[in-house]
Amino acid sequence: MTTIANILDTMEYGPAPEDASIVTDWLARHADGFGHFIDGSFTRPGETFEVMNPATGDVIARASQGTTEDVDAAVAAARKAQPKWAALSGHERARHLYALARHVQQHARFLAVLESLDNGKPIRESRDIDIPLVARHLYHHAGWAEIAKDEFPGTAPHGVCGQVIPWNFPLLMLAWKVAPALAAGNTVVLKPAEYTPLTALAFAGIVEECGLPKGVVNIVTGDGDTGGAIAGHKDIDKVAFTGSTEVGKLIRRQTAGSGKALTLELGGKSPFVVFADADLDAAVEGVVDAIWFNQGQVCCAGARILVAEAVADRFAGLLRARMETLRTGDPLDKCTDVGAIVHPVQLDRIKTLMERGVAEGAKLHQVAAPQGCFYPPTLATEVEPASVLATEEIFGPVATLTTFRTPEDAVALANNTRYGLAASIWSENVNLCLDVAAKVKAGVVWINCTNVLDAGAGFGGYRESGFGREGGREGMMAYLAHPKPRAKSGAKELPAPDAAPHAAGAESGIDRTAKLYVGGKQARPDSGYVYAVEGPKGPVGRAGLGNRKDIRNAVEAAAKAGGWGKATGHNRAQVLYYVGENLAARSAEFEQRLRSFGATEKAARAEVEASVRRCFWYAAQADKFDGAVHQTKPAHVTLAMHEPLGVVGIVAPTAHPLLGALSTVLPAIAMGNSVVLVPSQTHPLAATDLYQVLDTSDIPGGVVNIVTGPRDSLARTLAQHDEVAAMWYFGTADGCATVEADSAGNLKQTWVEDEAARDWSGGAGQGRGFLHRATQVKNIWVPYGE
Amino acid sequence: MTLETTSESDIATPSHPVPVRTEDGHPVRNAGLPLDLGMFEGHAVNRSAAERRAATLGTRRSVKKLHQAAWLVNAIRCIDLTTLAGDDTEGRVKRLCAKARNPLAGHIKEELGISDMPLTTGAVCVYPTMVAHAVRALEGSGVPVASVATGFPTGLMPLKLRLEEIKYAVDEGADEIDIVITREHVLRQDWQALYDEVAAMREACGDAHLKAILATGDLQTLRNVYGASMVAMQAGADFIKTSTGKEGVNATLPVSLVMLRALRDYGAATGYRIGFKPAGGMKAAKEALAWQILMKEELGRPWLSPDLFRFGASSMLGDIERQLEHHVTGRYAAAHRHAMS
Repeated sequence: MTTIANILDTMEYGPAPEDASIVTDWLARHADGFGHFIDGSFTRPGETFEVMNPATGDVIARASQGTTEDVDAAVAAARKAQPKWAALSGHERARHLYALARHVQQHARFLAVLESLDNGKPIRESRDIDIPLVARHLYHHAGWAEIAKDEFPGTAPHGVCGQVIPWNFPLLMLAWKVAPALAAGNTVVLKPAEYTPLTALAFAGIVEECGLPKGVVNIVTGDGDTGGAIAGHKDIDKVAFTGSTEVGKLIRRQTAGSGKALTLELGGKSPFVVFADADLDAAVEGVVDAIWFNQGQVCCAGARILVAEAVADRFAGLLRARMETLRTGDPLDKCTDVGAIVHPVQLDRIKTLMERGVAEGAKLHQVAAPQGCFYPPTLATEVEPASVLATEEIFGPVATLTTFRTPEDAVALANNTRYGLAASIWSENVNLCLDVAAKVKAGVVWINCTNVLDAGAGFGGYRESGFGREGGREGMMAYLAHPKPRAKSGAKELPAPDAAPHAAGAESGIDRTAKLYVGGKQARPDSGYVYAVEGPKGPVGRAGLGNRKDIRNAVEAAAKAGGWGKATGHNRAQVLYYVGENLAARSAEFEQRLRSFGATEKAARAEVEASVRRCFWYAAQADKFDGAVHQTKPAHVTLAMHEPLGVVGIVAPTAHPLLGALSTVLPAIAMGNSVVLVPSQTHPLAATDLYQVLDTSDIPGGVVNIVTGPRDSLARTLAQHDEVAAMWYFGTADGCATVEADSAGNLKQTWVEDEAARDWSGGAGQGRGFLHRATQVKNIWVPYGE
Repeated sequence: MTLETTSESDIATPSHPVPVRTEDGHPVRNAGLPLDLGMFEGHAVNRSAAERRAATLGTRRSVKKLHQAAWLVNAIRCIDLTTLAGDDTEGRVKRLCAKARNPLAGHIKEELGISDMPLTTGAVCVYPTMVAHAVRALEGSGVPVASVATGFPTGLMPLKLRLEEIKYAVDEGADEIDIVITREHVLRQDWQALYDEVAAMREACGDAHLKAILATGDLQTLRNVYGASMVAMQAGADFIKTSTGKEGVNATLPVSLVMLRALRDYGAATGYRIGFKPAGGMKAAKEALAWQILMKEELGRPWLSPDLFRFGASSMLGDIERQLEHHVTGRYAAAHRHAMS
């Protein structure tokens, strides 16, 4: 028998179990299984699947496998409820969200215990992190509901949102999805993960308790098929998914061409960079919070430790000593640091990856863990950049440790990944921290901290970590839309370019040869062909017949022009003003060109004048479209910075050969992107004339590249290119679908539209919306205090 | 299926981060080092991170029921029961010493099953002129007498007088001397002056143990705290202590964390195990648990014994006794039903 005398000898903590009886009684009352929550009430359970407590292997509940009929019913309920919900005043919606926040707080312990039972995460985390963040998210968005009309003028909700969430933070991810959607006036159909549906079902009970209007929140449980039925449902307007990059790509392809809005929050392999002048003890605790938080099942986990060679041994020693005090075990024990892996399938996945890593030469340092669905906290060393442990998201309590020599080396290693979700940087040198924060490709950067989250700041990734943000102002933007311009009749296919010689048309004067424009130089098309550019009375010139190799060269040149994005907004503004100035000086020539395509004198003059004005408008924005400092936690500065995307592929509209090209290129380059432009296929010569203007206006080589030729085949090559970060396409409906589907390869951000929909000469042809498309938000967290 | 939790003792613990230098099986007293700026200059301490760690220490660990009772009993063993007031008298000191000898009511000890266990506080801590009273009152109890000295609490007296004060207290029978450092030396980063001062005090202590009070509330930055800790240890301190109890800010967990890391780093380099004493402002039994969790998590079991850990507190004992009574009776206790100190 344990006595006080024994304990005084060992000074062990002893058991500190959280009492789960209220929750287990509730589960017992639902032993027959849970139905879905559709149109304000629970359905009778259908075909059910087992829900397991991973720590014990016990079946603790049964939930229904959502069928297509269930999804239909849920979507129909959401559709029916949406107009009324959107028509409520912001204040009325705010009251509903406020009630949800209050009730979540009132049931906080219930939800925390249920979450730990279902997911296996330690009660400390569900109690102190997950559930408080859920409440915070609901409060924050009660606020957005109240003021959305004032803060986001001219926008409207998407309508019905289909939301599919993962098992790592079940209720928190639900809150991240539901709160902004409801605040903006959308209704939702949400599917929780198959492994962890229980807190979503409990939340449905809270929705009932709060008296939310029927059909505003619908919860359908089930597996990936159910999720696919939601994402693919014809009556869903917006799809939001958090989960693996693999499934994210499937959803991108599935929704391509559907007109659905899409945000994806996907995987990561985030770097955790420790410089020699860091507080090493602090960084060690950072690793604990990064990778031994939630068993490492965290998309933004700092899984790749990069440490300066100068302090690597000391750091590794401190880290190994710290690992000894980690306690892995019963999630409901208040002394547990690392709980159970969510499911044996996930445990097997971790083990398989680790075996491959060891086979590749990795050395593992592990501490004790119980038998069962647990994996020991692990530090893997001797992991080379090509190792599976360095490239694959393990989604388990495994950190790799690699050394670097210089800050440049550190940045190169940090960015050596397909992903770009988060990064953590440790140094006491503010210059170094902010320099690396700027260079690292990640949507969230934590300086001297990690995994700090708040509803007031946006969360989301670069690259294959997805697109769209959750939280803060930028998160609300993902659930609101500017009314889409609609074409009276859809754009037509373009005739194939004719590359055979023609009888001369209306050409006069000295013959001019329009080439492609790549890397600041004129380039002959790789094909060696030109195609005829038609005027009203026959051909008026010839343009290069670009092909995939020309696109390859243009993208390569654009990727090398990264210095443009680092220039000040003022510098870019100067160049854009200069473009406007030089364009104005040649206005007669451009008018003449446009008239040769058949434009009237008046129309040609108006198009050139509008083009010059657009240069000035985007020059004006270049140093003004800046970010924000978010209100988040005490003693933190949270900077939301607008950053360029990188290389943007632009397929310009056919009409308005000059203005269409400039209206799309200018916002992109004003924000620091470099572009590969496919101008109007039928009338590319106004755009090729531009390269002389660009040359004389000090646009650095590679910032704007022009490839003329067959629009839709060039668009495909661009959409499939992994170096291209974003793709804007204005063409046919089929072209839109193809671009969206092809963009899944590297999850580039897309903007596709019927080219006939927008009035490029009017107000719809420019605006802040273009600038939002041209930027991504990086949130940098800087704690302070001395 | 039941969980198989690995008991802590089964976990293969590597050699403790602080090795121990022994002689005839006993730890060797810190002999100090020549001043070595390299051990602390440029050592980064990030306050935000220290605060984060400190804030979650108490939420990551929990001690309940029997274990909690044991941890509270252990806290009693580590208390320097203190009176440092202008109205201290012989009578007051005698009362304090009586409580130090018998910190827990007999019926509570009995219910806890520790009637036979000799249980006293870690020490009694008084002003130099009260040392003789305390020595008399504690005779035969084994409870050491600690005396503050060196112009406590500010230390702004000529060094010669401060050293004299130490010798006086030692002559009166003090076993431990809680000295205060000259904050100016830290604020001006005159590490040599600080080192010389503490080294002279250590010499004046003779066999009495030296506890160096850093007055961290005055030092303000955590880098100062780390540097001052390291210099005090290099100069031969046996314990480092946070506060006099008279500064604006007393012992805090973030400051303690930094001092423990300094102590760990010094120990790793030298093999000398240095003690730690937070002081001032700690009143609740709950705090006694929080500090012990800090010690266990950062330094392990050895630093939960009175030879390496003390609380400087006066009113905390009363709350601990009340909590222990609740533990054995299931009823909440009232202060007036317990013997005061």
